[in-house]
Amino acid sequence: MSVASATPSDPLLHRDPAARARLGWALVALVLLWPLLVLAEFRPWVLFDASNLRVMGSFLAGFLPPKTSMEFMGYLLKATLETLAIATAGIALALLLAVPLSILCTRALSVSLIGPGPGLHGGNALRAAGRALLTFLRAIPEIVWALMFVRVLGLGPAAGVLALAITYGGMLGKVYTEILESTDTRPARSLLEAGSPRLAALAYGLLPNAAQELTSYTVYRWECAVRASVIMGFVGAGGLGQLMDQSMKMLNGGEAATILLVFLLLVLLADALSSTLRRALA
Amino acid sequence: MSFDLKQVGLTHGNGFRALHGISLRVGRAERAAVIGPSGAGKTSLIRLLGTALRPSEGRLDLLGDNPWQQPAGKLRALRTRIGTIHQSPPIPPRLRVITAILAGRLGVWPAWRGLLSLLYPADIAGAEAVLARFDLADRLFDRCDRLSGGQLQRVGIARVLYQQPDLILADEPVSALDPALADAALGELVSESERRQATLFASLHAVDLALKWFPRIIGLRAGEVVFDLPTARVSDTMLSELYAAEGGVLPTQANPRAPVRDPGEARMDIGPQKIVKLDACRGR
Repeated sequence: MSVASATPSDPLLHRDPAARARLGWALVALVLLWPLLVLAEFRPWVLFDASNLRVMGSFLAGFLPPKTSMEFMGYLLKATLETLAIATAGIALALLLAVPLSILCTRALSVSLIGPGPGLHGGNALRAAGRALLTFLRAIPEIVWALMFVRVLGLGPAAGVLALAITYGGMLGKVYTEILESTDTRPARSLLEAGSPRLAALAYGLLPNAAQELTSYTVYRWECAVRASVIMGFVGAGGLGQLMDQSMKMLNGGEAATILLVFLLLVLLADALSSTLRRALA
Repeated sequence: MSFDLKQVGLTHGNGFRALHGISLRVGRAERAAVIGPSGAGKTSLIRLLGTALRPSEGRLDLLGDNPWQQPAGKLRALRTRIGTIHQSPPIPPRLRVITAILAGRLGVWPAWRGLLSLLYPADIAGAEAVLARFDLADRLFDRCDRLSGGQLQRVGIARVLYQQPDLILADEPVSALDPALADAALGELVSESERRQATLFASLHAVDLALKWFPRIIGLRAGEVVFDLPTARVSDTMLSELYAAEGGVLPTQANPRAPVRDPGEARMDIGPQKIVKLDACRGR
């Protein structure tokens, strides 16, 4: 109760002590950002150059009107179903990787960290190994995995599914771990302190708080998987991507436009699914 | 013997010495309350006994073993026998009351039973019986975020009773309850300890409750035991010395937070309504 050195009129007392550091970090960020922008050839004004506008305009005009012939619609439906199947199967397999790895890596579910108790070093080593594995899985882009699997399994959806499973397993596992650690971890910890097994502590202590976030991230990744299957279509992994590849190569903008509309619909669908699930889990 | 501490000290990671030189022996089925001003180390002591924190020095013996020399499996088995009531119940708000109660037995249930119980509650009757002791049986299937702070605190107590531990640790278990409910809840804890021969070790902010319900009082200040006596031998002078840093005003149910003031002027300011009739609460 004795703040004798600073009277209320003291100007130092009315200044935010964190302000200087904040200003400093803002300047550092700007100084670092500038060379990055130069390196990335960030010149947005070039887009509005008259000749460039004309080029873009004619490129976009090639997409109109969207193609709606019955024959193409048949192909499109089959490719859409294939893409949905690739994305869904890929995410399902990714979950098989991500769920055990995130349970392994989550510090909030570690028994040996309480105290710390027996098995601390083993636990730390396992968590580090799990994180390293997750990093490795997601560091290699899915297209590389796809190119490899296409060589083994041949052209078709199977390669896409495996490639998605591996990369997305790494991404989901990392983010699941972080979501589980950023919710209130006291409930799980108090359960572990009463001798509860880890899975039960997860189900009773962490999931009730984290289920919404986990679900919406999973649905978002499914949406990304739908889009990623386009890129993988280019390597012959099947689905909308392969159809898109063919249309682009034949300079058939109308077909590409219809395919893009399908993507828009799928993203809207994912959004609706996500918000429905979030509401159900609220 | 329920627990035995010999010269136990605890230094937190930031270098703060929360406890030092603590020697305490509490027997099986014994009931003891620890009291003391804010920051005295009451919570640290409870967490130490609950194997949530590891002592930095001294010897700790819990239910017959040194927990920190046990292999992981034995330590887990020991932990299932200790139930800690936290001041703010660590219960996710989306959990239903019944799930929160049943979670008390997760340590003794096999993992599959705990997980299956999320699909259909494994022991509805048992959870209802323990809730009924706190007048909350009608809230069995409500979500915990529909409860008031006081109701949630009673659910937290009920969970630990459902756990049926040999050692019940309680960290300010009734801080969110009004005087009548606090009294009733402590009564339930005491009768549970008597019925099952479980040790009850509680930290309490309200001195009158400690004196009423516990035969043994431990005064803690600045991380050290100031006195450890049968309740009848705790004098008013000892109590006001214990709380000297808070102006010598005893925190009680009517006056839960002692005002912080200069000790010199404290005595002048205490109105008649703040003088606690401690003798009226002593013993029961």
